[in-house]
Amino acid sequence: MSQYILRRLLWLIPVLLTLSFITFALMHLVPGGPWDREKQLPPAVVENLNRKYGLDRPVWLQYLSFVANTLRGDLGISYVHQDRSVTDIILNALPITATLGLLALILTVALGLSLGTAAAFHQNSWLDYICVFYATSFASIPGFVLGILMVIIFSVTLHLLPTGGWGTPEKLIMPVIALASIPAAVLARVTRASTLEVLHQDYIRTAHAKGLSQHIILYRHTLKNALIPVLTLLGPEVAYLVSGSFIIENLFSIPGMGRLFVQGVFARDYGLIMGTVLFYAFVVAVANLVIDVLYGVVDPRIRYD
Amino acid sequence: MPRPINGITEADRLPRRHPSLWRDAGRRLLRNRLAMAGGIIVLAMVLIALLADVLSPYDPIKQNYNAILEAPSLRHLVGTDALGRDALSRLVHGARTSMTVGIFTQLIVLAIGLPLGALAGYGGGRTDNLLMRFTDIVYAFPELLMVILLQTIFGGSIYMLFLAIGLVAWTNVARLTRGQILSLKEREFVLAARAMGATGAVIIWRHLLPNSLGPIIVTVTFGVPRAIFLEAALSYIGIGVKPPTPSWGTMVQDGYGAIFSFPHLVAFPALAIALVMLAFTFLGDGLRDALDPRGR
Repeated sequence: MSQYILRRLLWLIPVLLTLSFITFALMHLVPGGPWDREKQLPPAVVENLNRKYGLDRPVWLQYLSFVANTLRGDLGISYVHQDRSVTDIILNALPITATLGLLALILTVALGLSLGTAAAFHQNSWLDYICVFYATSFASIPGFVLGILMVIIFSVTLHLLPTGGWGTPEKLIMPVIALASIPAAVLARVTRASTLEVLHQDYIRTAHAKGLSQHIILYRHTLKNALIPVLTLLGPEVAYLVSGSFIIENLFSIPGMGRLFVQGVFARDYGLIMGTVLFYAFVVAVANLVIDVLYGVVDPRIRYD
Repeated sequence: MPRPINGITEADRLPRRHPSLWRDAGRRLLRNRLAMAGGIIVLAMVLIALLADVLSPYDPIKQNYNAILEAPSLRHLVGTDALGRDALSRLVHGARTSMTVGIFTQLIVLAIGLPLGALAGYGGGRTDNLLMRFTDIVYAFPELLMVILLQTIFGGSIYMLFLAIGLVAWTNVARLTRGQILSLKEREFVLAARAMGATGAVIIWRHLLPNSLGPIIVTVTFGVPRAIFLEAALSYIGIGVKPPTPSWGTMVQDGYGAIFSFPHLVAFPALAIALVMLAFTFLGDGLRDALDPRGR
């Protein structure tokens, strides 16, 4: 087990290295540099700035020093917010994105699991039909489209909720729903299918035959087994919640990492782009690792080799 | 009449008509109402995209400062935008943009994913290991992030947008193709082909790929709405299709600032995106069920 985790962690190194290399190469292919302003800076100033940020050195040397610095937790300096380090900027925006993502994850799991299991326990009831309808239709409506439609309904028409911003609880409602809607729908669908499958297993019939109460059968025998395939889904779900926050943050003017990244791209802020890309990739990879390990804890039949 | 040999009559020797896999799948698909509804909408969208110039009542990029931000009326069914452009014409041409993006990105995805997956699956060993580790690495990239990065670099033209999305989205097809070929390549008909002297390329192209077609079609059907979504999202942020090319994402972005006064300018393109995504998903679900009845 620990060997497995170690190997997976080691596998992160080539992934992040390749990612950082590609990002780095791409950024230097981008036309225009970080000093492009509406008013042209004098060449001497540009030269000085380049020297200050090490941009006058050969590209490969810049890359190597970037990697070395990253390993020390220093993601470099933002070229646009010139007095702040990228690590600092990311750490400032992170709690916002994390709050949003965590709330969306809680909503996803709560809604997806309860709807999926309830639908399976009462197959072909109205509850089941609602679940199937929700799962099939909402799984394919993009979060930002749902967000826009919610803004039109709840902000424009009903004047109930603010269109965006950050800081008060009611500003969170729409972004969290928009972010959680697709993963919750996917989760509900998989939970329902997997619970139905377990309900038709022989050991459930045996449990009935033994005279166990409905309650014990459902919660101890069915759910525990039904949730195993559901767990594999959480890895991609977390990845989705993390990267899905990009558009949602832009839509609802939330000052999180997604908006930071988009601003960085527009401003050609090499340091900021690089830092956010690596950070996102790292979070996604670690989330997948955690889920894979959890998978083995829940299902002892799974062996790691 | 010749005597039956070993009890086999002439009639037995005539080739019997088997319902082919595809005919069978087609029948199942036709019975699936949700999938058919999706299919009809997809077909309608393709037609709208093809006939955009005929269908749209106005030039989608012609600005008319005498008719700015008009409410929906008989002259402009969906109203006009802040530059006096007819919103319906822009919606119709936006369908063309979306469908083009959806289809061309999938062509790129196939062009990269099929050969890579086939090579890995058929080659096996070190080739497989190398190609799949590479696929794993690309798969680990946060999709939207990479497309945004690529798009800022390639910038501008819509062809580069195809490339940016295609370069990130091919991993699913590669993995799937590899899996299919792995499961097929030890089967007897491949052995038979090899015994008859078929080369690796012929076996892959004539025997393995045609037999893997079903799942690949399903994956591509799900890939189209994914690409359409990415285009809309990029255009919404402002780095997708360049103006004045009409795109649903751009329309949402253009209208969003004035959403309180003119919500219809945002609502229609948003609904159009949702409709296309739904239609493709329903069609994809139906195709999957039709091609693989066991998966239900």
